Amino acid sequence: MTDNVDRSKRRLLIAATTTAGGVAAAGAGAPFVLSLMPSERAKAAGAPIKVDVSAIEPGMMMGVEWQGKPVWIVRRTQEMLDLLSKHDSELTDPTATVAQQPDYCNNANRSIKPEIFVVIGICTHLGCSPSYRPEVAAADLGADWGGGWFCPCHGSRFDLAARVYKGSPAPTNLIVPPHQYLSENMLLIGDDEKKGAA
Amino acid sequence: MKLLKNLVGWVDERFPLLDTWKEHLSEYYAPKNFNFWYFFGSLALLVLVIQIVTGIFLTMSYKPDALFAFASVEFIMRDVQWGWLLRYIHSTGASMFFVVVYLHIFRGMMYGSYRKPRELLWIIGVVIYLALMAEAFMGYLLPWGQMSFWGAQVIVNLFSSVPFIGPDLSVLIRGDYVISDATLNRFFALHVIAVPLVLAGLVFVHLIALHKVGSNNPDGIEIKKHKDANGHPLDGIPFHPYYTVKDMVGVVAFLIVFSAIVFFAPDVGGYFLEANNFVPANPMQTPAHIAPVWYFTPYYAILRAVPPMFGSQFPGVIAMGIGAIAVVFLPWLDRGKVKSIRYRGPIYKAFLASFVVSFIGLGYLGMMPVTPTYTLISQVLSVVYFAFFILMPWYTKIDKCKHEPDRVTFK
Repeated sequence: MTDNVDRSKRRLLIAATTTAGGVAAAGAGAPFVLSLMPSERAKAAGAPIKVDVSAIEPGMMMGVEWQGKPVWIVRRTQEMLDLLSKHDSELTDPTATVAQQPDYCNNANRSIKPEIFVVIGICTHLGCSPSYRPEVAAADLGADWGGGWFCPCHGSRFDLAARVYKGSPAPTNLIVPPHQYLSENMLLIGDDEKKGAA
Repeated sequence: MKLLKNLVGWVDERFPLLDTWKEHLSEYYAPKNFNFWYFFGSLALLVLVIQIVTGIFLTMSYKPDALFAFASVEFIMRDVQWGWLLRYIHSTGASMFFVVVYLHIFRGMMYGSYRKPRELLWIIGVVIYLALMAEAFMGYLLPWGQMSFWGAQVIVNLFSSVPFIGPDLSVLIRGDYVISDATLNRFFALHVIAVPLVLAGLVFVHLIALHKVGSNNPDGIEIKKHKDANGHPLDGIPFHPYYTVKDMVGVVAFLIVFSAIVFFAPDVGGYFLEANNFVPANPMQTPAHIAPVWYFTPYYAILRAVPPMFGSQFPGVIAMGIGAIAVVFLPWLDRGKVKSIRYRGPIYKAFLASFVVSFIGLGYLGMMPVTPTYTLISQVLSVVYFAFFILMPWYTKIDKCKHEPDRVTFK
């Protein structure tokens, strides 16, 4: 029976068939996995949005929707900006070493223009949307509250550059989305590639 | 009657009908000393059937679309004839599934049902539990209320804390950059077809594995050691009719409790159905207080108890994940000479009691808002929870066990 069986040839053929079949199966599986990725429509909804910031009063916040997420734009007053450097020791990451912002916002104010601050309003803890609490020394947030955001879900606190205070459950500062100014007051959120620069 | 006999004979020549009946029911010998705790396996099967049947009918009126989902659930509640009953049975069934499964798992822990030769049976059971958690989580998104949305937001964000691949992984799960219509639609597909199929298959395998090794019992000793002349265990009785009849008593008692909830308190004071979920999902505004449904809160409390490390939430996510599957390691952690709590020493009993206290305590704290005191208690209870597992090889070995009887005790 076994005399004329070429075992090594059989092994080779089994290995070759299995490999070819495996590659084919992986290839056939790819469309199924890729169908789970965001659709063209979802990607289009993530397209950059233009926002006119001229209407924001000093100290006020405007909320817009980008990629289905709340994006906040705050026109910070000089007093607000002055307060930013005074509590570095209470912050988890005051100098923004964790890349939660584009390089051009990696500065003391986490913004392109110091007075206009753009940030995604989603807590880095577990994704709730914190509330804007600009009033200094708010009754429920303590006398040393310098204004910022407070997350109602798990109590994370952020200053007016959306940097997280120590002791908050949120591990990192809020994320600054890619953005650029098309003109003095026209902001483009979601795209920071300079047209024609390349 | 003769016709029926002929029909059975005709089928039996083509399918092992009588053999199957004998092997799994009329000649499956189960220990004769089962007690109250042995109801929960068959009750879990009953709840699975209830969920599948009510689920099929709910699907006929539900719309998996972010624009219509919330309204279609209200339509089921108000306009579909008896729709409110179907929906309340399904929502009550979800919670009762976990009640029954938690008691079933605890039974296994008490009587050492995970010990050799039942390790694989135990592992299959833990996989069923994981599938059940996935099923419950995805089903909870479908009403598209505020808790559905923000609960899913928080849980999917857990995946984005995985180093390197996290952000892409969470996009893959959502099918979008945020929880959206795409997420709702795929969770619907997974909830109504994919996971139920997996669950049904796993339950089948769980039963086959059980019938291969035989049931454990409250004494934790093997009944197969003593057999009669026919090879049947002396301390065993056929599952049918003895345990089918006994289980029916459990079914009646269970359905009384179940119906009381469905008809008199379907939301169980916010534990089975949360008040915020009667508000439509709003991606721009988070409710002031969010918490998962009660059956996830012990693990949620562990998650919140672990502080961020290295600028990442990931250690907490790992602790939560290990906490949820920790029981799977029991067969290799337990070094006790006996299986059942009846013959264990005081050290094991103390550890098991502290485990129960930590599980219930964490479950309570997981529903509460975060305060420094609660966080500290959560941290202590998390340590107690994990100590039960980590120290098990040590304390089960040094514990002073009582002598196991040779035959099961039965009054």
